[in-house]
Amino acid sequence: MVDLARLIQKRENLVLRGRILQSVRRFFQERDFLEVATPLLNPSLIPEDHIHPIETDAGFLLPSPEIHMKRFLAAGYDRVFQIGPCFRKGERGEHHLPEFTMLEWYRAREDYRALADDCEELLTAVGRDLFGRAGIEYRGASIDLAPPWQRLPVKEAFLDHAGWDPLEEERPERFEQDLSEKVVPALDKGKPVFLLDFPAYEASLARKKPADPRAAERIELFAGGLELANGFSELTDPEEQRCRFEETNERRRARGEKAHPLPDKFLAFLADMPPSAGIALGIDRLVMLLAGASHIDEVIALAPEDL
Amino acid sequence: MYEAADLRKGLKIQIEGEPYILTDFSFVKPGKGQALYKCKLKNLITGSQFDRTFRSGDRFEPADLDEQEMEFLYQEGSQYCFMNTSSYEQVEMEEEQVGDAKNYLTNNIKVSVSFFQAKPMAINLPTFVDLKVVKADPGVKGDTATGATKPVTMETGYEIQVPLFIEEGETLRLDTRTGQYVSRVKE
Repeated sequence: MVDLARLIQKRENLVLRGRILQSVRRFFQERDFLEVATPLLNPSLIPEDHIHPIETDAGFLLPSPEIHMKRFLAAGYDRVFQIGPCFRKGERGEHHLPEFTMLEWYRAREDYRALADDCEELLTAVGRDLFGRAGIEYRGASIDLAPPWQRLPVKEAFLDHAGWDPLEEERPERFEQDLSEKVVPALDKGKPVFLLDFPAYEASLARKKPADPRAAERIELFAGGLELANGFSELTDPEEQRCRFEETNERRRARGEKAHPLPDKFLAFLADMPPSAGIALGIDRLVMLLAGASHIDEVIALAPEDL
Repeated sequence: MYEAADLRKGLKIQIEGEPYILTDFSFVKPGKGQALYKCKLKNLITGSQFDRTFRSGDRFEPADLDEQEMEFLYQEGSQYCFMNTSSYEQVEMEEEQVGDAKNYLTNNIKVSVSFFQAKPMAINLPTFVDLKVVKADPGVKGDTATGATKPVTMETGYEIQVPLFIEEGETLRLDTRTGQYVSRVKE
């Protein structure tokens, strides 16, 4: 017994999704970004604290194309983007799918501030393409997409809404819980907001801020309570990156989780990568925002449970 | 033992010797951080509710409940009466305990009831239940492709959104986990 009713009901959202993808591609093409397609199956992975990869007997299904995108930067490509599936085991909820669609883009010789400008321009352009204006309605509230959007340092956001300074104290578990329960709900709902300068312990792939190495040049975009994008000024020192990967693996082992072999080729070409910035944006969540959907299932053709 | 990844709405776990059911569940994973499993738990004995956030690595004891197959007999006021299909013993449950299951209880429907120390705690519905539509306004003829829906009322009083082509008198299959329309049942 197959439930076709759900697929019938989603048509409007799926049509909107198609238009959003066209608009996103046009945006990057107009800015001379090269669209690339890289393998989803890979023998190694970037070790991360809380991402559990799907492992097959032919390799890992990548949770992000980052491991390949940076190779382009090392080879002298200045602007690249990719839209494609990413896989994360055990992530299923209103905003999560074990297989979801991610947009990633990278800029050589720029830092994370350029990514924030890109996000502002991207959402404004897509909003105008779809609706002819720089504002949307999301679940009963108006969101004004017109730049500039607030760039709020994490330290300030936490002092205001959680009562402690995450740069002063290293409390990763507390950080993550307070971020989702206290800080994100308190962000301005009338416009998209950037959180930036995360504690270095929450940004193992990001360059530390020269002015304050307790913080890393990481930026996150929020709108309508949705976490839309995560980007950083990339760490390009292979030794420091190897150290951070080993620390991640130690923490994983301490939690009884599998430590993954280090991606040696990635660490090798990292030395050739110029200072760069890269960001990942959840396409499904972008569609949710523009379609007014509260559940990710509303904007994808088939959910895991439909299969 | 259950793990955090097993948590879902409707799961029954034991905390300090008492059975609880997850009445709501939300998976949250901020940034590249740890997964947080935010649960609303209801004590099946006292009915009191509280919120708790769990993390991966947390473990839970399954609730020590005895499942019995029962048949729904009738409803009188706020009492729902069920009969054990083997022993014919009858048991009554309050509307508050029955909860959303009341949307699916038709005459003689077989359900499983969880008992804790010989007292009925919760109803476990079959995944799919077939119900008749008793009230439906006609939709626009031939309109199957736009995805629009209309509300209809089922024989249990339950109101639900369905595609426009559904008519009064039809039997529909509903998914009791989501409360939604799945398909028509052709007789």
